[in-house]
Amino acid sequence: MQARALKSEEYFIETEPYYQATGSEITIFEAAYRNHLPVLLKGPTGCGKTRFMEYMAWRLKRPLITVSCHDDLTASDLVGRYLVKGGETTWVDGPLARAVRAGAICYLDEIVEARKDTMVVIHPLADDRRVLPMEKLGVLLEADANFCLAVSYNPGYQSVLKDLKQSTRQRFVALEFDYPNAALESKIVANESKVDSALAEKLVKFAHMTRNLKGSGLEEGASTRLLVHAGKLIASGIEPVAACRSAIAQAISDDAEMLIAVQELSSSLF
Amino acid sequence: MADNAPLRIEQILQPLETWLEVEFTFLQVNEIAETLASASREEQDFFLVWIRRIASTNIQIAYQFAVRAVAGLCHNDQRVIEAWALHAMDTYDRAGLRAAMQVIEDVENFVQLSHTHASGAVFEDISGILLTFVRGLSGRELKLEQADAPYTDSETLFLPAVIAHMEKAEDNFVLGKAMVAYLWAQTRFGSFRVDLKLALGAYADAEHALHQFHGLETLRLEACLQRELPGLYREMQRLKRSSGDEAIASPWQRFAVLLAAPEASVADSLKLLPEAYSAPTAPTVCYQGELRPEAVAKCREARIEREKMHLRVKLAQMLEDIQKQNAMQPEPREAQPTIDVKEHQEKTGELPSFDITLDDAPVSPPEGVKQLLTSVYLDFGEIPPEYLVPAGDGDYDLSQFEDQAKDPNDVWQGTYHEEGATLYPEWDYRRQHYRKNWCVMREKDVSPVYDDFVPQTLDKHSGLIKHLRRTFEAMRDEDRLLKRQAEGDEVDIDALVEALADARDGSEMTDRLLMRMHRTERNVAVMFMVDMSGSTKGWINDAERESLILMCETLETLGDRYAIYGFSGITRKRCELFRIKQFDEPYNDEVQARISGIRPQDYTRMGFAIRHLSSLLNTVEARTKLLITLSDGKPDDYFDGYRSAYGIEDTRQALIEAKRLGIHPFCITIDKEGQEYLPHMYGAVNYVVIDEVRKLPLKVADIYRRLTT
Repeated sequence: MQARALKSEEYFIETEPYYQATGSEITIFEAAYRNHLPVLLKGPTGCGKTRFMEYMAWRLKRPLITVSCHDDLTASDLVGRYLVKGGETTWVDGPLARAVRAGAICYLDEIVEARKDTMVVIHPLADDRRVLPMEKLGVLLEADANFCLAVSYNPGYQSVLKDLKQSTRQRFVALEFDYPNAALESKIVANESKVDSALAEKLVKFAHMTRNLKGSGLEEGASTRLLVHAGKLIASGIEPVAACRSAIAQAISDDAEMLIAVQELSSSLF
Repeated sequence: MADNAPLRIEQILQPLETWLEVEFTFLQVNEIAETLASASREEQDFFLVWIRRIASTNIQIAYQFAVRAVAGLCHNDQRVIEAWALHAMDTYDRAGLRAAMQVIEDVENFVQLSHTHASGAVFEDISGILLTFVRGLSGRELKLEQADAPYTDSETLFLPAVIAHMEKAEDNFVLGKAMVAYLWAQTRFGSFRVDLKLALGAYADAEHALHQFHGLETLRLEACLQRELPGLYREMQRLKRSSGDEAIASPWQRFAVLLAAPEASVADSLKLLPEAYSAPTAPTVCYQGELRPEAVAKCREARIEREKMHLRVKLAQMLEDIQKQNAMQPEPREAQPTIDVKEHQEKTGELPSFDITLDDAPVSPPEGVKQLLTSVYLDFGEIPPEYLVPAGDGDYDLSQFEDQAKDPNDVWQGTYHEEGATLYPEWDYRRQHYRKNWCVMREKDVSPVYDDFVPQTLDKHSGLIKHLRRTFEAMRDEDRLLKRQAEGDEVDIDALVEALADARDGSEMTDRLLMRMHRTERNVAVMFMVDMSGSTKGWINDAERESLILMCETLETLGDRYAIYGFSGITRKRCELFRIKQFDEPYNDEVQARISGIRPQDYTRMGFAIRHLSSLLNTVEARTKLLITLSDGKPDDYFDGYRSAYGIEDTRQALIEAKRLGIHPFCITIDKEGQEYLPHMYGAVNYVVIDEVRKLPLKVADIYRRLTT
């Protein structure tokens, strides 16, 4: 089978992604969308922010353009740039400009990772003006009525250098995500990884143990995503303790002593 | 090979006599030497090294160690002997000769035990892992310490120095883990929710009652562990079988069934106690440790008071915050709002999660409240209503529950104490090991002196300052446009024109047609550690202060983060660090006045200062971290042996620790003999000796520039 190549603004999600609401986030997002308000998703890694965006894109039947921000992401990477083609310069839209034109949902993942000057270009898009200034073209691009801007942000990595400016954060409707409660989380793990519910419960319990260690040697506990990974390994016949070691322990720490301790926790549990 | 030939008696006798100072102590070493002479060279070396190392601490302990350990020769694991020797020395440091001798006398027991079990788990080796392990389990945050037997006071779990019950090393570790888990279960499943003294007081033989109660609780907790940690429970069963714990007799089997119910609590154990009291003695299991009701009661009493107050103050603060947020509301409310906490438990036996409501509206709890609620829940099995009354205005005084609030200056008024101090280890090179909690360190403030020192310095060096500012400004790495890049934000028209011309010309066209802005930030944090020992009195002190003023002026231009601390001390009990400028403090009049107020104090003890300042430096996020010491001589302290080799080795060790944390240490000294010891301490290139004190202010800034570019 050949891999499909799609233009980013044509990336519609066709089958319903599995998503378990933990609160009223779906209705809030829909209301924000209808009112042209941009949305900020806060929460630790692997708790379902990206999955939620996929789900909303499916629900709203809009294409989803995701940009993973990194510390070298410049404004031109989002808006677009001139390239040289055959002795001439041609303009190429960046993902943000494409989304604005096509009325897609543009999701900037881990926005704080981007450089400070990058964030400023989204300001006029994120208030009632809803325009994207394209300086190099000398035009203002007005957003399509269906366009929606969403950004995500992980407040857990608290570093002075990586904090959202008030002028940025106060433009957004914020939705807070956290790991779901134990019952819901085991349901998610069971559903995603096809393990039985007793095992999913144990995996969730193990995740809670690692989350207890946050601050005493671990930066972050095991996320729901890692539990799903472990669950999938177990479902394909790997021993639970070995699956936890590969899918969870090794993923959350490199520290030898911490690994042994986490390993002792999982071997006590299974 | 001659090198490996065993030593002869005379060869052993001679060093022994020197180390144990036989000339004065008249200790009998012949027998030790004779026994040792028959051992292999490897064993001889092992014991001799240890005897020497212990003798550097105390000769009596070394002698007793030699007599006992050598007698049990060739039957024991060297690692275990080492652990025992270190434990004895630590005990000597902490509690004196008598306690250490007791430990040493235990070697006999211990060595005997080692005949069959040569692979104990040593506390030092396993405590890190087990502490993380127990922190991962739910409930109160527990501590792990070393003691004579496994028990808990409900906040700290205690384990013995060595666990050597099992034959194999892995099993001894598992046993340690089982002990920790069992002690954790006592706190987690509410063994201490009842007043044991009261409950057991009614029995004629309180000790027997306690033992029987312990037996009942063990049965109950085992069932809890079976549900909570089935993997560990299987291991525990295996341990029981291999350690030959007795099988359960008839009435106890029935108790076990009753107590295995998921809803069984400590009350059920107490209900069965009258019956158990007259039953045969309860079976003991290898991991159950001891039950010490007095320790628990004492700890619990203090905790209950403390946590009640903490919780009430936290709730009051939460209310205040909420009221501040609602300040816009037209009418302030009269009635005290009601706070309620709902526990919801998803399954029996699980720890509940807590939702706080304020007049039935849910609020998000402030930091630390959940941990407090969990801890309170563990003590009572519920949240008593009086805990949820926010503290009144007069009740805000948490100081009586705080440990840190003591003023460091009060220490020497009245009796000596170590409250509020941070304890740091010190490296004893003769022992080849740390002396634990050896240095009692306190941070103090330099009292600012507002005089004309700063303006005078600025005036005196005004030319130099201008020059330094210019040089440092050039170091600021500023944004610059990089042209002719393969990737970038904009087309580089010059490059494009050239490339097109090349293409017309028939030559190859470059792909480096773009330009981009290059942005870099200097990311340096530097800690200045300034010698404030008595020997700096006079012009050295002046030069140090001037250098600091110049340094601050230039660093302000550069924008690097920096902190300044002075160090001094007199004996290990009084190690002092003087805050002159902290990292997050701006350079202002007060900092200037503090620099001006730097006065020579006592002696030069360096290890603790390096350890503490590196830990401070380590909390700062920076790509490059520097620890720059300004000093005038080698480490030296009064009376307690911190001088020459000992001081140098400890300082070196502290610097190695700092390097391990990713810190670059550097030393600027005016000690002309510095060449002799600085390479050993700091490494060949990480120091500078300045031959003229007058040049110090000039040099410091210059060296800093070279270090950071």
